[in-house]
Amino acid sequence: MDFFDQFPVMEQQELRDFKKGIDLAFRTFARTYGDAIESFFEPLLFFLVWLEKLLTNSPWPMIILVLAGLAWIASRSILLVIGTIISFLMIGYFGMWKDTMSTVAIITVATLVCLAAGIPMGILMARSNRIQAALLPVLDMMQTIPSFVYLIPILMLLGIGKVPGLIAVCIYAIPPIIRLTNLGIREVDKEALEAVDSFGATTWQRLTKVQIPLALPTIFAGVNQTIMMALAMVVIASMIGVRGLGVPILRAISNQYLALGLMNGLAIVALAIIFDRISQHYGKRIQKHREGRNL
Amino acid sequence: MSVVKIKIESLYKIFGTNPKMGLEHIKNGVGKDELLSKYSHVLGLQDINLNVQEKSIQVIMGLSGSGKSTLIRHINRLIEPTAGKITVEDQDVMAYNKNALRNFRRQKTAMVFQRFALMPHMTVIKNVSLGLDMQGFKPEEAKEKASKWIEKVGLNGYEEKYPQHLSGGMQQRVGLARALTNDADILLMDEAFSALDPLIRKDMQDILLGLQSELHKTVVFITHDLDEALKIGDRIAILKDGKMDQDDLPADILLNPKTDYVKKFVEDVNRSRVLKAKHIMQKLNGKDISKAIKVNENDFIEKFIDRVVEEKPEMIVVQDKQNKNVGCISSKRLSEILKK
Repeated sequence: MDFFDQFPVMEQQELRDFKKGIDLAFRTFARTYGDAIESFFEPLLFFLVWLEKLLTNSPWPMIILVLAGLAWIASRSILLVIGTIISFLMIGYFGMWKDTMSTVAIITVATLVCLAAGIPMGILMARSNRIQAALLPVLDMMQTIPSFVYLIPILMLLGIGKVPGLIAVCIYAIPPIIRLTNLGIREVDKEALEAVDSFGATTWQRLTKVQIPLALPTIFAGVNQTIMMALAMVVIASMIGVRGLGVPILRAISNQYLALGLMNGLAIVALAIIFDRISQHYGKRIQKHREGRNL
Repeated sequence: MSVVKIKIESLYKIFGTNPKMGLEHIKNGVGKDELLSKYSHVLGLQDINLNVQEKSIQVIMGLSGSGKSTLIRHINRLIEPTAGKITVEDQDVMAYNKNALRNFRRQKTAMVFQRFALMPHMTVIKNVSLGLDMQGFKPEEAKEKASKWIEKVGLNGYEEKYPQHLSGGMQQRVGLARALTNDADILLMDEAFSALDPLIRKDMQDILLGLQSELHKTVVFITHDLDEALKIGDRIAILKDGKMDQDDLPADILLNPKTDYVKKFVEDVNRSRVLKAKHIMQKLNGKDISKAIKVNENDFIEKFIDRVVEEKPEMIVVQDKQNKNVGCISSKRLSEILKK
């Protein structure tokens, strides 16, 4: 009856060797290709550093003005503009300006990377059931696996720094944009597609003139989600060397500084709300035709 | 002799995972119901043969599920047939590769859809110039051509509106203008007016007939409404369960139905409202027309029935536009036709 009481476990020594083997293999891989991968991401690092410097070095009134202007262009809502200005004034007044700018920089770059990679992937996924079947479990995994787990191979490959942080953020934030692009395109009205087909559309015309424009509201929901998820990763990213609002929060955790943690946390919330409202308003505004009947 | 524009020969369509297998069964005499219950394949179309004359309106009529929408989609290959041949202007449509098919759709055919299928994110003018846009016309040029057709269907002033802001009838005018802007010879109309309410439908039928009298397109028009079919069709083909029951002149469909199904279909039609004098007239052959009343060949029976009742003539003379006698109707024949 031993069999039922004791789980048939792998031999201790074998298990250790098994794990060691994997570690060693990956370490060898990291040693051989680490530099190549790092140089591959160099342009991204360059862009991130440039943007961060631009944001931190520019005079603060100008930054607030630009952000308020962006809010106005995107939403045409005076309330949102006032909210944006007040939030950033308070962030600056409580001494979090620099960290906030670093966070805005990494969120911006991460979101752009996610969109640049995620939208084409979503389109591919919508075009083929096979690609969808292959990608869906991967996306599920990316969203559920604890982020600390994929920090390990990233650290082994690239060490501590901005690029590994950026990659960690992107892994977490890219699934919604892929999913919602896929969903949006698949949900496009079949009759509209039949109509463009009957007028002799090419695959490209079909995609750019009908599928993407009609999927835009859903795609925009994906953009919004991606931004939110990128913000959620700020603290974890700060553990592997990304500057920003996450750093003081980490310090607050280890030293039990309630006020410091709360203030920086609220700054992240403020950023989240501002970005969320701006992207949502913009998404709605480009859908002019969805206004009600006004005949 | 009129020219055949679209020729459909022994066309079959079977829906399912293995249509070729289904086709074998159908050719061996398996029926539609048996094909579905035993082999779980759906018979869409069975041995369709149809010649559509150039510059005429060919109506294809049938109830839902008769395969009429499937049939019209074969003409521009939105649906691929299981077997059969489709020839347009002596060109085998089935032989076209992707590129040739695209050019064929761009230049030879234009389609109007039952539920309009307009682009909700495009303004009326953008919708109407969609076909030209696909063909790579310059925006200004496409806009100019589109405006012309928007005016023709009576939508000027609505160029910058979005489809959602228009009523159903207006939306279908956009659909019609979009198809006409393509300047294609063949107009495919899939239940184009079925979704509209009766008054608007009548308007649209009149617009179509008006345009046809000046444009002379080859129109394939799908409908489930016999009155509509009789009103606009130069010929009417009746489809039942994927099979063609009869393809004839409208008057012959009414007066000489070939199958019980067609007979039942046309039973309740008010003949005096759909038959014109020319449909029922017989040859003159020196008959005595001294006491006859005169009617125009395009008059509906309805229009001269009152006079017939009042004056009780033995004979009615049918004249064409130039007042030339082209035929006659005896009062006996008239009463026979109206009695049935």
